[in-house]
Amino acid sequence: MAADLARVPEPLPPRPGAPALPSGLVAFVKRECPTCELVAPVLRELARRGRLTVYTQDDPVFPEGLAPVDDRELAVSWHHRIEAVPTLLRVEDGVETARAVGWHRDDWEALTGTRGLGPGLPELRPGCGSRSEDPDLVPKLAARYGAGRLRARRVLLAPLEDELEALHARGWSDGLPVVPPTEERVLAMLEGTTRDPQQVVAVVPPDLVPCSVEKVAINAVLAGCRPEQLPVVLAAVEAACTDEFNMHGVLATTMPVGPVVIVNGPIRRAIGMGSGRNVFGQGNRANLAIGRALQLVVRNVGGGRPGEVDRATFGNPGKLAFCFAEDEEGSPWEPLSVSLGAAPGSSTVTVFAGEGPRSITDQLSRDPESLARSFAACLRTLHHPKLVVAFDCLLAVGPEHGRVFRKAGWSRKRLLERLHELLQIPGAELVRGADGIAEGLPESVRNATLPKFRPGGILLVHCGGEAGLFSAMIGGWASGAVGSQPTLREVRP
Amino acid sequence: MNESLPRVVLDPTGERSPATRARLPRLDSLEGRTIGLLDISKARGDVFLDRVESLLRSRGATTLRFRKPTFTKPAPIDLRQEIATRCDAVVEALAD
Repeated sequence: MAADLARVPEPLPPRPGAPALPSGLVAFVKRECPTCELVAPVLRELARRGRLTVYTQDDPVFPEGLAPVDDRELAVSWHHRIEAVPTLLRVEDGVETARAVGWHRDDWEALTGTRGLGPGLPELRPGCGSRSEDPDLVPKLAARYGAGRLRARRVLLAPLEDELEALHARGWSDGLPVVPPTEERVLAMLEGTTRDPQQVVAVVPPDLVPCSVEKVAINAVLAGCRPEQLPVVLAAVEAACTDEFNMHGVLATTMPVGPVVIVNGPIRRAIGMGSGRNVFGQGNRANLAIGRALQLVVRNVGGGRPGEVDRATFGNPGKLAFCFAEDEEGSPWEPLSVSLGAAPGSSTVTVFAGEGPRSITDQLSRDPESLARSFAACLRTLHHPKLVVAFDCLLAVGPEHGRVFRKAGWSRKRLLERLHELLQIPGAELVRGADGIAEGLPESVRNATLPKFRPGGILLVHCGGEAGLFSAMIGGWASGAVGSQPTLREVRP
Repeated sequence: MNESLPRVVLDPTGERSPATRARLPRLDSLEGRTIGLLDISKARGDVFLDRVESLLRSRGATTLRFRKPTFTKPAPIDLRQEIATRCDAVVEALAD
Protein backbone atom coordinates (compact mmCIF):
# COMPACT_ATOMS: atom_id res chain seq x y z
CA MET A 1 0.00 0.00 0.00
CA ALA A 2 1.17 3.47 -0.81
CA ALA A 3 0.65 4.54 2.79
CA ASP A 4 3.25 2.00 3.87
CA LEU A 5 6.01 3.40 1.68
CA ALA A 6 9.15 4.37 3.51
CA ARG A 7 8.80 7.99 2.54
CA VAL A 8 10.53 11.02 3.87
CA PRO A 9 8.15 12.07 6.66
CA GLU A 10 5.99 15.06 5.76
CA PRO A 11 7.82 15.83 2.49
CA LEU A 12 8.34 19.52 1.86
CA PRO A 13 6.92 20.91 -1.37
CA PRO A 14 9.35 21.50 -4.26
CA ARG A 15 11.30 24.74 -4.00
CA PRO A 16 9.81 27.78 -5.79
CA GLY A 17 10.56 27.81 -9.50
CA ALA A 18 11.03 24.04 -9.66
CA PRO A 19 11.20 22.59 -13.20
CA ALA A 20 8.13 20.45 -13.91
CA LEU A 21 8.64 16.70 -13.67
CA PRO A 22 7.36 14.39 -16.43
CA SER A 23 4.44 12.18 -15.41
CA GLY A 24 5.14 8.51 -14.78
CA LEU A 25 8.12 7.16 -12.84
CA VAL A 26 11.09 9.45 -12.23
CA ALA A 27 14.46 8.29 -10.91
CA PHE A 28 17.51 10.24 -9.69
CA VAL A 29 20.88 8.45 -9.83
CA LYS A 30 24.63 8.96 -9.98
CA ARG A 31 27.25 6.53 -11.25
CA GLU A 32 29.42 7.11 -8.21
CA CYS A 33 26.78 5.37 -6.07
CA PRO A 34 27.08 1.55 -5.88
CA THR A 35 23.37 1.19 -5.10
CA CYS A 36 22.55 3.10 -8.27
CA GLU A 37 24.76 0.66 -10.22
CA LEU A 38 22.93 -2.16 -8.46
CA VAL A 39 19.45 -0.94 -9.46
CA ALA A 40 20.34 -0.08 -13.07
CA PRO A 41 18.83 -3.39 -14.32
CA VAL A 42 15.66 -2.68 -12.34
CA LEU A 43 15.38 0.73 -13.97
CA ARG A 44 15.80 -0.88 -17.40
CA GLU A 45 13.00 -3.32 -16.52
CA LEU A 46 10.73 -0.45 -15.41
CA ALA A 47 11.50 1.47 -18.63
CA ARG A 48 10.37 -1.56 -20.65
CA ARG A 49 7.08 -1.69 -18.78
CA GLY A 50 6.09 1.96 -18.77
CA ARG A 51 7.09 5.57 -18.71
CA LEU A 52 10.36 6.19 -16.80
CA THR A 53 12.54 9.28 -16.82
CA VAL A 54 16.01 9.07 -15.26
CA TYR A 55 17.98 12.11 -14.10
CA THR A 56 21.69 11.55 -13.74
CA GLN A 57 23.78 13.70 -11.44
CA ASP A 58 27.31 12.88 -12.61
CA ASP A 59 27.79 10.70 -15.70
CA PRO A 60 25.52 11.87 -18.55
CA VAL A 61 25.29 8.38 -20.09
CA PHE A 62 24.56 6.50 -16.86
CA PRO A 63 22.62 4.20 -16.74
CA GLU A 64 23.42 2.99 -20.23
CA GLY A 65 20.51 2.42 -22.58
CA LEU A 66 18.05 4.62 -20.66
CA ALA A 67 18.74 7.99 -22.37
CA PRO A 68 19.12 9.74 -18.99
CA VAL A 69 18.47 13.46 -18.58
CA ASP A 70 21.65 15.34 -17.70
CA ASP A 71 21.22 16.95 -14.25
CA ARG A 72 24.89 17.61 -13.56
CA GLU A 73 23.90 21.24 -12.82
CA LEU A 74 21.53 19.75 -10.19
CA ALA A 75 18.71 22.16 -11.00
CA VAL A 76 16.09 19.40 -10.95
CA SER A 77 17.60 17.54 -7.97
CA TRP A 78 17.92 20.71 -5.88
CA HIS A 79 14.47 22.09 -6.62
CA HIS A 80 12.80 18.75 -5.88
CA ARG A 81 14.75 18.27 -2.65
CA ILE A 82 16.37 14.97 -3.65
CA GLU A 83 18.34 13.95 -0.56
CA ALA A 84 19.75 10.56 -1.59
CA VAL A 85 20.23 8.45 -4.71
CA PRO A 86 18.68 6.38 -6.00
CA THR A 87 15.35 8.14 -5.39
CA LEU A 88 12.31 6.90 -7.24
CA LEU A 89 9.25 9.14 -7.58
CA ARG A 90 5.76 8.56 -8.86
CA VAL A 91 4.53 11.69 -10.64
CA GLU A 92 0.92 12.26 -11.66
CA ASP A 93 -0.03 15.36 -13.66
CA GLY A 94 3.30 16.90 -12.76
CA VAL A 95 2.82 16.36 -9.01
CA GLU A 96 4.93 13.96 -6.94
CA THR A 97 2.61 11.47 -5.26
CA ALA A 98 5.09 8.94 -3.87
CA ARG A 99 8.81 8.71 -3.14
CA ALA A 100 11.13 5.81 -2.36
CA VAL A 101 14.69 6.44 -1.22
CA GLY A 102 17.54 3.93 -1.68
CA TRP A 103 16.72 0.38 -2.82
CA HIS A 104 14.06 -1.39 -0.85
CA ARG A 105 12.21 -3.97 -2.92
CA ASP A 106 8.88 -3.65 -1.09
CA ASP A 107 8.90 0.14 -1.47
CA TRP A 108 9.77 0.02 -5.14
CA GLU A 109 7.13 -2.64 -5.82
CA ALA A 110 4.48 -0.70 -3.94
CA LEU A 111 5.38 2.55 -5.64
CA THR A 112 5.43 1.04 -9.15
CA GLY A 113 2.61 -1.45 -8.65
CA THR A 114 4.94 -4.16 -9.99
CA ARG A 115 5.82 -7.53 -8.48
CA GLY A 116 9.09 -9.39 -8.71
CA LEU A 117 11.46 -6.47 -9.21
CA GLY A 118 15.22 -7.15 -9.15
CA PRO A 119 14.99 -10.88 -8.43
CA GLY A 120 18.74 -11.29 -7.89
CA LEU A 121 19.08 -8.24 -5.65
CA PRO A 122 19.13 -8.06 -1.86
CA GLU A 123 15.96 -6.89 -0.13
CA LEU A 124 17.44 -3.65 1.01
CA ARG A 125 20.43 -1.51 0.15
CA PRO A 126 20.71 2.12 1.35
CA GLY A 127 21.65 4.72 -1.23
CA CYS A 128 24.21 7.52 -1.22
CA GLY A 129 23.87 11.22 -0.61
CA SER A 130 22.46 13.25 -3.48
CA ARG A 131 25.04 15.60 -5.00
CA SER A 132 22.56 18.41 -4.37
CA GLU A 133 23.13 17.77 -0.64
CA ASP A 134 26.93 17.98 -0.88
CA PRO A 135 27.84 20.46 1.90
CA ASP A 136 30.24 22.28 -0.43
CA LEU A 137 27.55 22.70 -3.08
CA VAL A 138 24.47 23.47 -0.95
CA PRO A 139 25.13 27.21 -0.44
CA LYS A 140 26.17 27.66 -4.08
CA LEU A 141 23.04 25.91 -5.34
CA ALA A 142 20.86 27.94 -3.01
CA ALA A 143 22.39 31.16 -4.33
CA ARG A 144 22.26 30.05 -7.97
CA TYR A 145 18.64 28.90 -7.97
CA GLY A 146 17.14 30.74 -5.02
CA ALA A 147 18.59 34.26 -5.13
CA GLY A 148 15.68 35.42 -7.29
CA ARG A 149 13.50 35.13 -4.18
CA LEU A 150 15.50 37.86 -2.47
CA ARG A 151 14.31 41.41 -2.95
CA ALA A 152 16.81 43.39 -0.87
CA ARG A 153 18.97 45.93 -2.64
CA ARG A 154 22.32 44.46 -3.68
CA VAL A 155 25.34 46.37 -2.48
CA LEU A 156 28.58 45.84 -4.35
CA LEU A 157 31.76 45.90 -2.29
CA ALA A 158 34.84 47.11 -4.10
CA PRO A 159 37.53 44.47 -4.69
CA LEU A 160 40.00 46.16 -2.37
CA GLU A 161 37.53 46.91 0.43
CA ASP A 162 37.92 44.84 3.56
CA GLU A 163 34.51 43.24 4.05
CA LEU A 164 34.20 43.90 7.76
CA GLU A 165 35.41 47.47 7.47
CA ALA A 166 33.08 48.07 4.52
CA LEU A 167 30.04 46.92 6.48
CA HIS A 168 31.01 49.01 9.47
CA ALA A 169 31.57 52.08 7.29
CA ARG A 170 28.05 51.73 5.90
CA GLY A 171 26.66 52.06 9.41
CA TRP A 172 25.29 48.53 9.64
CA SER A 173 27.12 47.42 12.76
CA ASP A 174 26.47 47.92 16.45
CA GLY A 175 30.15 48.60 17.00
CA LEU A 176 31.36 45.02 16.73
CA PRO A 177 32.20 43.29 13.46
CA VAL A 178 29.21 41.84 11.61
CA VAL A 179 29.04 38.82 9.31
CA PRO A 180 28.73 39.89 5.64
CA PRO A 181 25.16 39.09 4.49
CA THR A 182 25.90 37.40 1.17
CA GLU A 183 23.12 35.84 -0.90
CA GLU A 184 24.38 32.40 0.09
CA ARG A 185 24.29 33.13 3.80
CA VAL A 186 20.89 34.84 3.69
CA LEU A 187 19.36 31.96 1.73
CA ALA A 188 20.84 29.50 4.20
CA MET A 189 19.37 31.59 7.04
CA LEU A 190 15.94 31.51 5.38
CA GLU A 191 16.04 27.71 5.48
CA GLY A 192 15.42 28.18 9.21
CA THR A 193 11.82 29.23 8.65
CA THR A 194 8.90 28.07 6.54
CA ARG A 195 7.65 31.63 6.16
CA ASP A 196 7.73 33.38 2.81
CA PRO A 197 10.73 35.74 2.64
CA GLN A 198 8.49 38.63 1.63
CA GLN A 199 5.99 38.18 4.44
CA VAL A 200 5.93 41.30 6.63
CA VAL A 201 6.93 40.49 10.20
CA ALA A 202 6.42 43.87 11.80
CA VAL A 203 6.51 47.60 11.28
CA VAL A 204 9.75 48.61 12.92
CA PRO A 205 10.14 51.81 14.97
CA PRO A 206 11.26 54.51 14.97
CA ASP A 207 10.99 55.00 11.19
CA LEU A 208 7.97 52.64 11.05
CA VAL A 209 9.38 50.58 8.19
CA PRO A 210 7.58 47.37 7.17
CA CYS A 211 10.11 44.60 7.75
CA SER A 212 10.05 41.35 5.76
CA VAL A 213 11.24 37.93 6.87
CA GLU A 214 14.10 38.48 4.43
CA LYS A 215 15.23 41.68 6.16
CA VAL A 216 15.16 39.93 9.53
CA ALA A 217 17.20 37.10 8.01
CA ILE A 218 19.78 39.55 6.65
CA ASN A 219 20.20 41.11 10.08
CA ALA A 220 20.32 37.67 11.70
CA VAL A 221 23.27 36.90 9.40
CA LEU A 222 24.94 40.15 10.45
CA ALA A 223 24.43 39.19 14.09
CA GLY A 224 25.97 35.72 13.72
CA CYS A 225 22.78 33.65 14.09
CA ARG A 226 22.38 30.13 12.84
CA PRO A 227 19.31 29.32 10.70
CA GLU A 228 17.56 27.35 13.44
CA GLN A 229 17.65 30.47 15.62
CA LEU A 230 15.77 32.59 13.06
CA PRO A 231 12.25 31.70 14.30
CA VAL A 232 13.16 33.08 17.74
CA VAL A 233 14.49 36.29 16.20
CA LEU A 234 11.29 36.63 14.16
CA ALA A 235 9.15 36.22 17.29
CA ALA A 236 11.31 38.73 19.19
CA VAL A 237 10.92 41.29 16.39
CA GLU A 238 7.16 40.71 16.37
CA ALA A 239 6.95 41.19 20.13
CA ALA A 240 9.19 44.26 20.30
CA CYS A 241 7.42 46.07 17.46
CA THR A 242 4.02 46.22 19.13
CA ASP A 243 2.27 49.24 20.57
CA GLU A 244 2.20 47.51 23.97
CA PHE A 245 5.98 46.99 24.11
CA ASN A 246 6.55 50.45 22.62
CA MET A 247 10.00 49.99 21.07
CA HIS A 248 9.94 53.61 19.99
CA GLY A 249 9.80 54.83 23.57
CA VAL A 250 12.27 52.22 24.82
CA LEU A 251 14.69 53.48 22.20
CA ALA A 252 14.09 57.18 22.63
CA THR A 253 14.20 57.32 26.42
CA THR A 254 17.15 58.75 28.29
CA MET A 255 16.85 55.79 30.70
CA PRO A 256 19.32 52.89 30.39
CA VAL A 257 16.91 50.26 29.07
CA GLY A 258 16.65 48.03 26.04
CA PRO A 259 14.68 44.96 25.03
CA VAL A 260 15.46 41.97 27.26
CA VAL A 261 14.41 38.75 25.51
CA ILE A 262 13.39 35.75 27.64
CA VAL A 263 12.84 32.46 25.78
CA ASN A 264 10.64 29.64 27.08
CA GLY A 265 9.66 26.20 25.83
CA PRO A 266 11.28 23.38 23.85
CA ILE A 267 12.98 25.68 21.34
CA ARG A 268 15.44 26.80 24.08
CA ARG A 269 17.12 23.40 24.18
CA ALA A 270 16.70 22.69 20.47
CA ILE A 271 18.85 25.68 19.53
CA GLY A 272 21.30 25.43 22.41
CA MET A 273 20.33 28.47 24.45
CA GLY A 274 21.87 29.07 27.84
CA SER A 275 19.88 29.32 31.07
CA GLY A 276 22.50 28.26 33.59
CA ARG A 277 25.94 29.47 34.58
CA ASN A 278 26.79 33.00 33.44
CA VAL A 279 23.31 33.26 31.97
CA PHE A 280 23.51 37.03 31.42
CA GLY A 281 27.17 36.92 30.41
CA GLN A 282 29.32 35.98 27.47
CA GLY A 283 29.83 32.63 25.84
CA ASN A 284 26.50 31.33 24.53
CA ARG A 285 26.17 32.01 20.83
CA ALA A 286 22.40 31.51 20.59
CA ASN A 287 21.65 33.91 23.46
CA LEU A 288 23.97 36.59 22.16
CA ALA A 289 23.21 36.30 18.45
CA ILE A 290 19.42 36.35 18.92
CA GLY A 291 19.53 39.38 21.21
CA ARG A 292 21.93 41.10 18.86
CA ALA A 293 19.81 40.35 15.79
CA LEU A 294 16.79 42.05 17.36
CA GLN A 295 18.81 45.17 18.10
CA LEU A 296 20.30 45.18 14.58
CA VAL A 297 16.79 45.03 13.08
CA VAL A 298 15.82 48.06 15.17
CA ARG A 299 19.01 49.84 14.14
CA ASN A 300 19.14 48.98 10.46
CA VAL A 301 15.51 48.51 9.42
CA GLY A 302 13.90 50.85 11.93
CA GLY A 303 16.66 53.45 11.84
CA GLY A 304 17.03 53.52 15.64
CA ARG A 305 20.61 54.60 16.28
CA PRO A 306 22.36 55.92 19.38
CA GLY A 307 22.63 59.68 19.36
CA GLU A 308 19.73 59.94 16.92
CA VAL A 309 16.36 58.67 18.15
CA ASP A 310 18.18 56.62 20.81
CA ARG A 311 18.77 59.32 23.44
CA ALA A 312 20.00 57.12 26.30
CA THR A 313 22.09 58.95 28.87
CA PHE A 314 24.05 55.83 29.81
CA GLY A 315 22.55 52.90 27.94
CA ASN A 316 23.76 49.55 29.18
CA PRO A 317 25.93 46.74 27.78
CA GLY A 318 22.82 44.63 27.30
CA LYS A 319 21.79 46.90 24.45
CA LEU A 320 24.25 44.93 22.32
CA ALA A 321 22.37 41.74 23.17
CA PHE A 322 20.33 40.73 26.20
CA CYS A 323 18.64 37.41 25.61
CA PHE A 324 18.47 34.25 27.68
CA ALA A 325 16.41 31.14 28.32
CA GLU A 326 14.57 30.31 31.53
CA ASP A 327 15.78 27.24 33.43
CA GLU A 328 12.39 25.57 33.39
CA GLU A 329 13.66 22.11 34.31
CA GLY A 330 15.15 23.28 37.62
CA SER A 331 12.47 25.81 38.45
CA PRO A 332 10.28 25.57 41.55
CA TRP A 333 7.53 27.21 39.49
CA GLU A 334 5.71 27.06 36.19
CA PRO A 335 7.57 28.91 33.43
CA LEU A 336 7.34 32.69 33.13
CA SER A 337 5.55 32.25 29.79
CA VAL A 338 2.82 30.14 31.39
CA SER A 339 2.37 32.71 34.16
CA LEU A 340 1.79 35.24 31.38
CA GLY A 341 -0.87 33.08 29.74
CA ALA A 342 1.05 30.94 27.21
CA ALA A 343 0.11 27.29 26.76
CA PRO A 344 2.38 24.88 28.68
CA GLY A 345 4.88 23.30 26.31
CA SER A 346 4.72 26.11 23.76
CA SER A 347 7.84 27.99 22.71
CA THR A 348 7.67 31.71 23.32
CA VAL A 349 9.65 34.89 23.61
CA THR A 350 8.85 37.58 26.15
CA VAL A 351 10.36 41.02 25.70
CA PHE A 352 10.85 43.23 28.73
CA ALA A 353 12.17 46.80 28.65
CA GLY A 354 15.01 46.39 31.10
CA GLU A 355 18.27 47.85 32.34
CA GLY A 356 21.32 45.80 33.29
CA PRO A 357 21.07 43.06 35.90
CA ARG A 358 22.02 43.76 39.50
CA SER A 359 22.89 41.07 42.03
CA ILE A 360 20.79 40.33 45.10
CA THR A 361 23.23 38.70 47.48
CA ASP A 362 21.82 36.74 50.42
CA GLN A 363 23.95 33.83 51.55
CA LEU A 364 22.37 33.22 54.95
CA SER A 365 18.60 33.01 54.47
CA ARG A 366 17.35 29.45 54.57
CA ASP A 367 13.67 30.16 55.05
CA PRO A 368 11.41 31.78 52.49
CA GLU A 369 10.23 34.65 54.68
CA SER A 370 13.78 35.83 55.34
CA LEU A 371 14.68 35.52 51.67
CA ALA A 372 11.51 37.35 50.57
CA ARG A 373 12.46 40.17 52.95
CA SER A 374 15.92 40.32 51.39
CA PHE A 375 14.38 40.52 47.93
CA ALA A 376 11.99 43.25 49.05
CA ALA A 377 14.74 45.32 50.64
CA CYS A 378 16.77 45.23 47.45
CA LEU A 379 13.76 45.76 45.19
CA ARG A 380 12.84 48.84 47.19
CA THR A 381 15.97 50.56 45.84
CA LEU A 382 15.14 49.92 42.20
CA HIS A 383 15.81 53.15 40.25
CA HIS A 384 15.39 55.11 43.50
CA PRO A 385 14.13 54.09 46.96
CA LYS A 386 11.64 56.99 46.88
CA LEU A 387 10.18 56.29 43.42
CA VAL A 388 7.28 53.85 43.29
CA VAL A 389 4.71 52.27 40.93
CA ALA A 390 6.34 53.74 37.83
CA PHE A 391 8.66 50.82 37.04
CA ASP A 392 8.29 47.06 36.61
CA CYS A 393 10.99 44.57 37.55
CA LEU A 394 12.26 41.30 36.20
CA LEU A 395 13.36 39.27 39.21
CA ALA A 396 15.68 36.42 38.25
CA VAL A 397 15.74 33.85 41.04
CA GLY A 398 18.86 31.67 41.07
CA PRO A 399 18.71 27.93 41.66
CA GLU A 400 20.07 28.06 45.23
CA HIS A 401 17.53 30.70 46.20
CA GLY A 402 14.82 28.84 44.26
CA ARG A 403 15.53 25.75 46.34
CA VAL A 404 14.59 27.63 49.52
CA PHE A 405 11.14 28.40 48.09
CA ARG A 406 10.72 24.90 46.68
CA LYS A 407 11.51 23.22 50.00
CA ALA A 408 9.06 25.48 51.81
CA GLY A 409 6.37 24.92 49.18
CA TRP A 410 6.10 28.56 48.22
CA SER A 411 4.37 28.95 44.88
CA ARG A 412 5.12 31.75 42.44
CA LYS A 413 1.87 33.37 43.51
CA ARG A 414 2.72 33.19 47.19
CA LEU A 415 6.16 34.74 46.75
CA LEU A 416 4.74 37.55 44.62
CA GLU A 417 1.97 38.24 47.12
CA ARG A 418 4.48 38.38 49.97
CA LEU A 419 6.77 40.69 48.04
CA HIS A 420 3.88 43.04 47.31
CA GLU A 421 2.94 43.02 51.01
CA LEU A 422 6.51 43.82 52.02
CA LEU A 423 6.74 46.61 49.47
CA GLN A 424 3.88 48.77 50.76
CA ILE A 425 5.62 52.03 51.60
CA PRO A 426 4.33 54.88 53.81
CA GLY A 427 3.94 58.10 51.85
CA ALA A 428 5.88 59.99 54.52
CA GLU A 429 9.03 58.12 53.40
CA LEU A 430 8.39 58.97 49.77
CA VAL A 431 7.53 62.66 49.70
CA ARG A 432 9.90 65.25 48.35
CA GLY A 433 12.32 66.26 51.05
CA ALA A 434 11.96 63.09 53.13
CA ASP A 435 15.38 61.81 54.26
CA GLY A 436 16.79 65.13 53.11
CA ILE A 437 16.34 64.07 49.47
CA ALA A 438 14.52 66.35 47.03
CA GLU A 439 13.61 63.45 44.74
CA GLY A 440 10.29 61.88 45.63
CA LEU A 441 6.55 62.21 45.32
CA PRO A 442 4.26 65.22 45.88
CA GLU A 443 3.34 66.16 49.45
CA SER A 444 -0.24 65.01 48.74
CA VAL A 445 0.75 61.35 49.19
CA ARG A 446 2.19 61.88 52.70
CA ASN A 447 -0.68 60.09 54.42
CA ALA A 448 -1.12 57.39 51.80
CA THR A 449 0.57 53.98 51.56
CA LEU A 450 1.92 53.23 48.11
CA PRO A 451 3.16 49.97 46.55
CA LYS A 452 6.64 49.88 45.05
CA PHE A 453 5.25 47.95 42.08
CA ARG A 454 1.90 47.96 40.31
CA PRO A 455 -0.02 44.64 40.45
CA GLY A 456 1.77 42.23 38.11
CA GLY A 457 4.76 44.55 38.06
CA ILE A 458 7.22 41.89 39.22
CA LEU A 459 8.07 39.16 36.70
CA LEU A 460 9.68 36.08 38.22
CA VAL A 461 12.05 34.05 36.09
CA HIS A 462 14.28 31.14 37.17
CA CYS A 463 17.80 30.95 35.77
CA GLY A 464 21.48 31.05 36.65
CA GLY A 465 24.22 28.61 37.68
CA GLU A 466 23.66 25.87 40.22
CA ALA A 467 26.12 27.28 42.75
CA GLY A 468 25.78 30.66 44.43
CA LEU A 469 23.18 32.09 46.80
CA PHE A 470 22.26 34.94 44.49
CA SER A 471 19.36 36.29 42.56
CA ALA A 472 19.28 39.28 40.25
CA MET A 473 16.95 42.15 39.54
CA ILE A 474 16.53 43.90 36.23
CA GLY A 475 14.80 47.23 36.54
CA GLY A 476 12.19 48.21 34.00
CA TRP A 477 11.21 51.41 32.30
CA ALA A 478 8.00 53.46 32.52
CA SER A 479 5.46 50.71 33.07
CA GLY A 480 2.02 50.06 31.74
CA ALA A 481 0.03 51.72 28.99
CA VAL A 482 2.01 54.99 29.14
CA GLY A 483 5.31 53.13 28.77
CA SER A 484 6.09 49.51 28.02
CA GLN A 485 4.29 46.27 28.80
CA PRO A 486 6.13 42.94 28.93
CA THR A 487 5.05 41.34 25.66
CA LEU A 488 4.89 37.66 24.76
CA ARG A 489 4.77 36.06 21.33
CA GLU A 490 4.78 32.42 20.32
CA VAL A 491 7.74 31.14 18.31
CA ARG A 492 6.42 29.74 15.03
CA PRO A 493 8.45 27.84 12.43
CA MET B 1 34.91 32.95 -2.70
CA ASN B 2 37.39 34.36 -5.19
CA GLU B 3 39.08 37.35 -3.58
CA SER B 4 39.49 39.17 -6.89
CA LEU B 5 35.77 39.12 -7.72
CA PRO B 6 33.49 41.92 -6.60
CA ARG B 7 31.46 40.78 -3.62
CA VAL B 8 27.77 41.40 -3.27
CA VAL B 9 25.99 41.74 0.04
CA LEU B 10 22.33 42.38 0.78
CA ASP B 11 21.27 45.71 2.21
CA PRO B 12 20.09 45.18 5.82
CA THR B 13 18.43 48.59 6.09
CA GLY B 14 14.90 49.80 5.53
CA GLU B 15 16.09 51.17 2.14
CA ARG B 16 14.38 54.47 2.67
CA SER B 17 15.83 56.83 0.16
CA PRO B 18 16.79 60.03 1.92
CA ALA B 19 13.74 62.21 1.48
CA THR B 20 14.68 65.85 1.32
CA ARG B 21 11.68 67.97 2.10
CA ALA B 22 11.68 71.74 1.74
CA ARG B 23 10.77 73.64 4.89
CA LEU B 24 7.62 75.70 4.92
CA PRO B 25 8.28 79.45 4.71
CA ARG B 26 8.58 81.18 8.09
CA LEU B 27 5.62 83.24 9.25
CA ASP B 28 6.22 86.89 8.37
CA SER B 29 4.24 88.03 11.39
CA LEU B 30 2.49 86.59 14.45
CA GLU B 31 -0.37 89.08 14.14
CA GLY B 32 -3.65 87.23 13.74
CA ARG B 33 -1.96 83.85 13.42
CA THR B 34 -2.92 80.73 15.35
CA ILE B 35 -0.04 79.08 17.19
CA GLY B 36 -0.43 75.60 18.68
CA LEU B 37 1.31 74.88 21.97
CA LEU B 38 1.95 71.16 22.38
CA ASP B 39 2.67 69.84 25.86
CA ILE B 40 4.24 66.36 25.60
CA SER B 41 3.21 65.57 29.20
CA LYS B 42 6.64 65.90 30.75
CA ALA B 43 7.04 67.61 34.11
CA ARG B 44 7.04 71.43 33.95
CA GLY B 45 6.33 71.57 30.24
CA ASP B 46 3.24 73.55 31.19
CA VAL B 47 5.34 76.19 32.98
CA PHE B 48 7.36 76.73 29.83
CA LEU B 49 4.30 76.85 27.58
CA ASP B 50 2.42 79.26 29.90
CA ARG B 51 5.24 81.75 29.47
CA VAL B 52 5.48 81.20 25.70
CA GLU B 53 1.71 81.64 25.47
CA SER B 54 1.71 85.01 27.19
CA LEU B 55 4.58 86.22 24.98
CA LEU B 56 2.78 85.08 21.80
CA ARG B 57 -0.48 86.72 22.85
CA SER B 58 1.28 89.99 23.57
CA ARG B 59 2.42 89.90 19.94
CA GLY B 60 -1.10 89.48 18.61
CA ALA B 61 -1.20 85.72 18.08
CA THR B 62 -4.03 83.40 19.00
CA THR B 63 -2.93 80.30 20.88
CA LEU B 64 -4.34 76.79 21.17
CA ARG B 65 -3.15 74.30 23.75
CA PHE B 66 -2.63 70.61 22.98
CA ARG B 67 -1.32 67.72 25.03
CA LYS B 68 0.08 64.32 24.14
CA PRO B 69 -1.36 61.43 26.24
CA THR B 70 2.17 60.30 27.14
CA PHE B 71 5.62 61.62 26.36
CA THR B 72 6.87 58.10 25.68
CA LYS B 73 4.99 57.66 22.43
CA PRO B 74 4.67 59.69 19.25
CA ALA B 75 1.66 62.01 19.14
CA PRO B 76 -1.49 60.18 17.97
CA ILE B 77 -2.24 60.82 14.32
CA ASP B 78 -5.57 62.54 15.13
CA LEU B 79 -3.77 65.02 17.34
CA ARG B 80 -1.19 65.73 14.64
CA GLN B 81 -3.93 66.29 12.09
CA GLU B 82 -5.87 68.59 14.41
CA ILE B 83 -2.77 70.70 14.99
CA ALA B 84 -1.96 70.76 11.28
CA THR B 85 -5.45 71.88 10.29
CA ARG B 86 -6.07 74.44 13.06
CA CYS B 87 -2.68 76.09 13.48
CA ASP B 88 -0.25 78.13 11.40
CA ALA B 89 2.69 77.03 13.52
CA VAL B 90 3.34 74.89 16.58
CA VAL B 91 5.66 75.13 19.57
CA GLU B 92 6.46 71.81 21.25
CA ALA B 93 7.62 71.78 24.87
CA LEU B 94 10.05 68.91 24.95
CA ALA B 95 11.12 68.12 28.45
CA ASP B 96 11.66 68.63 32.13
